Amino acid sequence: MGILEVKGVHKRFGGLQALGNVNLSVKENTVHAIIGPNGAGKSTLLNCLVGKLIPDSGSVMFDGQSVLGRKPHEINQMGISRVFQTPEIFTDLTVIENVMIPCFAKRDGAFRLHGIESVQDEKGIIEQAEQMLADVNMLDKRNMHAGSMSRGDKRRLEMAMCLVQEPKLLLLDEPTAGMARADTNNTIDLLKEIKEKRDITMAIIEHDMHVVFSLAERITVLAQGTPLVEETPENIKGHPKVREAYLGEAQV
Amino acid sequence: MLGLNAKDSRFMLIVVALTLLTPFILNPFPADSALAQFNAGYPALMQRFAIYGLMAIGFNILFGLTGYLSFGHAAFLGVGSYASVWMFKLLSMNVIPALIAATLVSGVFALAIGYVSLRRSGIYFSILTLAFAEMCYRLAYSVLTPITNGETGLQITLSDPRILDGAPTSSSLPTPGFFGLKMNAAHTIDIAGWSFTFSVGYYFCAVIALIGFYLSLRIFRSPFGMMLRAVKSNQQRMNYTGLNSRPYTLAAFVISGMYAGLAGGLLAAMDPLAGAERMQWTASGEVVLMTIVGGVGTLMGPVLGAGFIKYCENIFSKINESVLHSWFSFLPDGVEDVVTWIFARFVGEGWHLTLGVMFMLIVTFLPGGLVEGGKRLAARRKKKSDADAAKHPAE
Ligand SMILES: Nc1ncnc2c1ncn2[C@@H]1O[C@H](COP(=O)(O)OP(=O)(O)OP(=O)(O)O)[C@@H](O)[C@H]1O
Ligand SMILES: [Mg+2]
Repeated sequence: MGILEVKGVHKRFGGLQALGNVNLSVKENTVHAIIGPNGAGKSTLLNCLVGKLIPDSGSVMFDGQSVLGRKPHEINQMGISRVFQTPEIFTDLTVIENVMIPCFAKRDGAFRLHGIESVQDEKGIIEQAEQMLADVNMLDKRNMHAGSMSRGDKRRLEMAMCLVQEPKLLLLDEPTAGMARADTNNTIDLLKEIKEKRDITMAIIEHDMHVVFSLAERITVLAQGTPLVEETPENIKGHPKVREAYLGEAQV
Repeated sequence: MLGLNAKDSRFMLIVVALTLLTPFILNPFPADSALAQFNAGYPALMQRFAIYGLMAIGFNILFGLTGYLSFGHAAFLGVGSYASVWMFKLLSMNVIPALIAATLVSGVFALAIGYVSLRRSGIYFSILTLAFAEMCYRLAYSVLTPITNGETGLQITLSDPRILDGAPTSSSLPTPGFFGLKMNAAHTIDIAGWSFTFSVGYYFCAVIALIGFYLSLRIFRSPFGMMLRAVKSNQQRMNYTGLNSRPYTLAAFVISGMYAGLAGGLLAAMDPLAGAERMQWTASGEVVLMTIVGGVGTLMGPVLGAGFIKYCENIFSKINESVLHSWFSFLPDGVEDVVTWIFARFVGEGWHLTLGVMFMLIVTFLPGGLVEGGKRLAARRKKKSDADAAKHPAE
């Protein structure tokens, strides 16, 4: 049994079958990559996992509990954090505030009316957020306006916001898209380091095969909303079905 | 000091000083000078500055921090007024039970209206709040007449029970008071040509407004305030970060509703009368204007905006054609009539036209409101003094 068990999930958008009978099992403490051509349904699948979309049929179990019908914040409190394909951060807040908010969410739960205490007195939270920023090499940007940063920095910040929650399952939707080569390599190193330091399971969607083969222990290939194969990286490289799915796409 | 850091403490002290000195600051012209009509240092007007400032401070907690634009906050102002007058009628002329009732009852209303309205966001939220406020206004005029006394408005009478105050001792209507202090008591000091009025009513409102300002400062600096800014910035990210944005917005809505209710209670404490027109949508729109004119999401903005609009209302609506004639009497006759006619459209009853023009100018040229204007002036002055310093390095 994996920590995440997806069984028979279907999702239609009008006439378009975005997901058709998806089965996926992600084992605890592994990095599981989901690859596939554009429009294969990868983001749709993640949306079904975090409560953004509700599948038409099928089941999604996380840590022995169903996530279906739960609100996004409840699913996050169960231990699933997500990095979006386009960075979702608090653009009007400073970088440190962006990281403090998930710290509060982890400590205080989905809602707490702490309206009189001062943020400055939350030494523990501030320290935790600063430590996280140091881990992703962003401490120098601490007081910057998050919205004014480059796209690559926004991605790193979003990753920091997810990691600081120490989720059981981290979902990453193309975490290196739009990053320069050097930043991509830093991100790979960061994720590897996180992996070594903590017990964390990751499901990662990625087009960059360099990233996939550097990190993944299992790979699922999705095409037209259906998983084609699930294999180890060594076995995926020359797999005929994968070549078929990617025909006309970048060479695998 | 009081849980504020050094910078905020200084800020708070300045605000306290300005508020307490308002009777002087707003009376810059000698009483018998031609400019005396531009003075604003009399109790009725200063009270309105404090009361509407308080309402705008609360409104800013909702609109400024979360970005949810309510068009129905006048309903809470009205509910607060009715609740206070009922306390004056049933319990006591002491303002404390009246203000507590105003705050609590409007809080309950805000909870109910907010619970429904916050299911939507953006323009739909605004329309829902507007619809609820309009409903309150219509109900106050019709079915709820036994509670609101309909068009006449709710007033105190000599035959009210007032169980805590005992039997009436005089045949005139009692006035609201804070234990021994009557709200309409005032003391006038004449210094040279100036005449300064200190009234219990203004200082009472000012103290409540200062407490309201202090609380809003604390909320702005708190984790709760940070969450409210997160709602405005990216509600989706907030929800995927494990935070339920709904109770945060609802709390902000209820708090701002209670501020409005308290303001309504103060209006009734200054003049124990409550009418339905206080709940009309134009009154809701006014607090939106105050917040935008002053500076949305800034601490001082709403107060400045409230003062600015109430001051303009007062001054411009007082000017009439004969005043204009006396101003333009130096012009040739025919020209004078034309000029007077044009200006007359913008004063008196027509002062809303002036307000509209000023609102457009501010939104166009100072999107951050009066606070931004102040910041720009300060920056320019700093630049100038820096340039001067650079020119004379030896000094
Ligand atoms: N909300 C929606 N409404 C309608 N159609 C949608 C919606 N979301 C996705 N789709 C469609 O579903 C299909 C799968 O989309 P999805 O975003 O999951 O693909 P993807 O694998 O993430 O692709 P990419 O690599 O480009 O991100 C696409 O054809 C897309 O147009
Ligand atoms: Mg996608």
